Amino acid sequence: MPHDTSTNYGVAEGGASVKLDGTKTILLVGVGGQGTILAGQLLAMVAADAGLDVKVSEIHGMSQRGGSVSTIVRVGEKVESMIADPGCADIVVAFEAIEALRAQQFVREGGRLFVNDEQITPVPVNIGTFKMPEGVHEKLAEIGATVIDAGGIAREVGSPRSTNVVLVGALSTALPFEVAEWEDAIRRRVPPKTIEANLEAFAKGREAAQG
Amino acid sequence: MMLFTEFVSPLMQSGSERIVMSKQLLSGNEAIAQGAWEAGVAVGAAYPGTPSTETLENLVKKPDVYCEWAPNEKVALEVGLGSAMGGVRSLVTMKHVGVNVAADPFMSAANTGVNAGLVLLAADDPSCYSSQNEQDSRYYAAFGRIPCLDPSDSQEAYEMAQQAFDVSEQFDTVVMLHETMRIAHTKTLVNVVGTRTDIEPRPYESRPEKFVMMPANAVRRTLAANDREDELIAWAEETPLNRVEMRDTKVGIICAGALYVHVREAMPDASVLKLGVTWPLPPAKIAAFAALVDEVYVVEEANPYLETRVRAMGVQLAEFPGGRLPRSGEITPAHIRAAFGVADPAHLPAAEGLPPRPPAFCAGCPHRLVYVELRRIKAIVTGDIGCYTLGAVAPFRSVDSVIDMGASLSMAHGMELAGASERTGRPVVGVIGDSTFAHSGITSLLGTVYNGGKGTLCILDNRTTAMTGTQGNPVNGVTLTDQAARVNPLDVPAGKQLDLVKLCEAIGVDEVQVVDAQNAAAIRQALKEATSHTDMLSVIIFKAPCRLIDRSRGKMPTIHDCRRCGRCIQIGCPALGRDETGHAVIDPNQCIGCNQCVQSCPFGCIEQE
Repeated sequence: MPHDTSTNYGVAEGGASVKLDGTKTILLVGVGGQGTILAGQLLAMVAADAGLDVKVSEIHGMSQRGGSVSTIVRVGEKVESMIADPGCADIVVAFEAIEALRAQQFVREGGRLFVNDEQITPVPVNIGTFKMPEGVHEKLAEIGATVIDAGGIAREVGSPRSTNVVLVGALSTALPFEVAEWEDAIRRRVPPKTIEANLEAFAKGREAAQG
Repeated sequence: MMLFTEFVSPLMQSGSERIVMSKQLLSGNEAIAQGAWEAGVAVGAAYPGTPSTETLENLVKKPDVYCEWAPNEKVALEVGLGSAMGGVRSLVTMKHVGVNVAADPFMSAANTGVNAGLVLLAADDPSCYSSQNEQDSRYYAAFGRIPCLDPSDSQEAYEMAQQAFDVSEQFDTVVMLHETMRIAHTKTLVNVVGTRTDIEPRPYESRPEKFVMMPANAVRRTLAANDREDELIAWAEETPLNRVEMRDTKVGIICAGALYVHVREAMPDASVLKLGVTWPLPPAKIAAFAALVDEVYVVEEANPYLETRVRAMGVQLAEFPGGRLPRSGEITPAHIRAAFGVADPAHLPAAEGLPPRPPAFCAGCPHRLVYVELRRIKAIVTGDIGCYTLGAVAPFRSVDSVIDMGASLSMAHGMELAGASERTGRPVVGVIGDSTFAHSGITSLLGTVYNGGKGTLCILDNRTTAMTGTQGNPVNGVTLTDQAARVNPLDVPAGKQLDLVKLCEAIGVDEVQVVDAQNAAAIRQALKEATSHTDMLSVIIFKAPCRLIDRSRGKMPTIHDCRRCGRCIQIGCPALGRDETGHAVIDPNQCIGCNQCVQSCPFGCIEQE
């Protein structure tokens, strides 16, 4: 049954061990079912473990049926709003290339955009009422995106469902948290049998982003 | 595994013997469940509805509390009122439109008051992320004159869930706990105490003067509510839940709920009156705040609930220098900055020419083939609330109305009375899901039969309440307790499930048949027959499990000699597309081998082993 939402986890007490320059906004976008929620939770765990304030806003309900989905994570000394407005995201992680373009206006000036190099055809394109955009790679290059073959890397490490953790690896390169903290969060959050594959997916995602 | 023990909630272990103060990242709904549990809540009742659903799904997992899904929100509130009258603290949760369904008991309960505490969680959905409207439930609190608490994050949701029970008992009233989607579905850090208040059930004695709402008693209870209103206003003036935060005195903003954190984000230097209680409002506190600042504003979303009331107090609200806030939809910090004339940060324009990505029926969804056939016969479909509402969008565009839970069946009867079918030459078909039928469709069907109505009604029985996340319901027989134990509806013995055929027969439907919703030919035949009779009422139960509860997979079909007719494409399967030459192709990542496309090809070009 897919409705267990009780992912409560303890968070270490104590002052912030990581200093951020103001509140950081990370927007995770994708297609329903791609695992943006888990990726957001890993980031939230790492930030909370570092003693920072965190807010994670998720969209549930109808859009999950193959529609566009987004998770917003905001971390900092004291986080107020849970919303990311246009021009306010320090980092956007797109689990799908068209969703990356759809989210481009959210990236702040000088912000980062990590994109999984995969295109999922929406139903309106399948049925012929819309066309897929042309020159997606060129457009992504134009807006300075870091494109990663996260799906390919996940298959390479033998865990196709770890695409989201590959992207978390990429994301980790743009945030000041220790690698060990991320690995710790992965160990605590993913099913025990998949820990090793996910740790490898994370490491490869870091490598790919640092290219 | 040492590390695993760290994130198991201490409460999951076994309740009150362990006192643990921990910091947890909880959604508003999880925090409310935790707070209510610590407040000693003994009974929870609800009908699932986004964004309220997870509250009871979390509460049911805790010890020493009983929770159930009710068939609808009216029943849930009546169950909660009964258990509160009977002496135990009770929590009832619903989405905003559910409050409409519960409005009848709500308005009487607002006058009777309670015995043990009764809290109604109303979860609103500004911008209609998953709803048919964006009404503001606080109007109901004002209408019933019951206190309304409005948290701004999960910490407050956790604390207010506890305070709500105290307020309920102190003032002998139902209390509304009000949240919006952003509060319900945002995880924020909560300092969890983790101990449950040990509360003995309150003694029960018959008090007809309080609970029997016949005219003489009702009049007296209204007088009691008048006195209670005065006491609540005095309380609202004093409670720290309403908080003045003085900063720069040029701008003062009155706000509540999620808007408080948006205001802090957008206007960090502004003074704020943060209302944790949004009914009743504290007139003296509001006037005093207004006097402390040069200009006072109300910032709220979707409905002018606070604005109207603050203006009625004689407070002069200033015009926003950058233009008024949107009159509908969710308000974000960007809207607030714009209203105060603060420039947006620079950013790229929205990309143009992107295909939309609306939600769609899943691969293998049992609703799909029914809509293929309804489209083919050009039916006028009066629809209902659930995943099958998606029959309204391309490629089906086959739903003419979606109004509220149960309206499909009664509106089909109304269309019959209007002679719509005769005048258009198109059959009128009411389409409703199993859980929605149990919620409000049964009385609609009863009305049609009782009045001699004719026509065709379809119950799409996918064995679950799919849209909100595959909850149990009376049709599949899965209780909330079963659900917490991960019972699959497909494993429930028939005796525990509502027998839709017997029910329809008992109501007096002329013809009831059960048809496999994965069999296109059978669907076509059944609809053809039913819509050809104009002298009888037919109910067709299209039955096949939702793919979220039936994870079985078939072999991916193969396509040969495709003639590019596009018939398979028009069943709207996410796994079906065309290649550059227009030939149909199947995406192996999305295909589950359901066989629907095989049935849709008129030339037998799609085959499954």
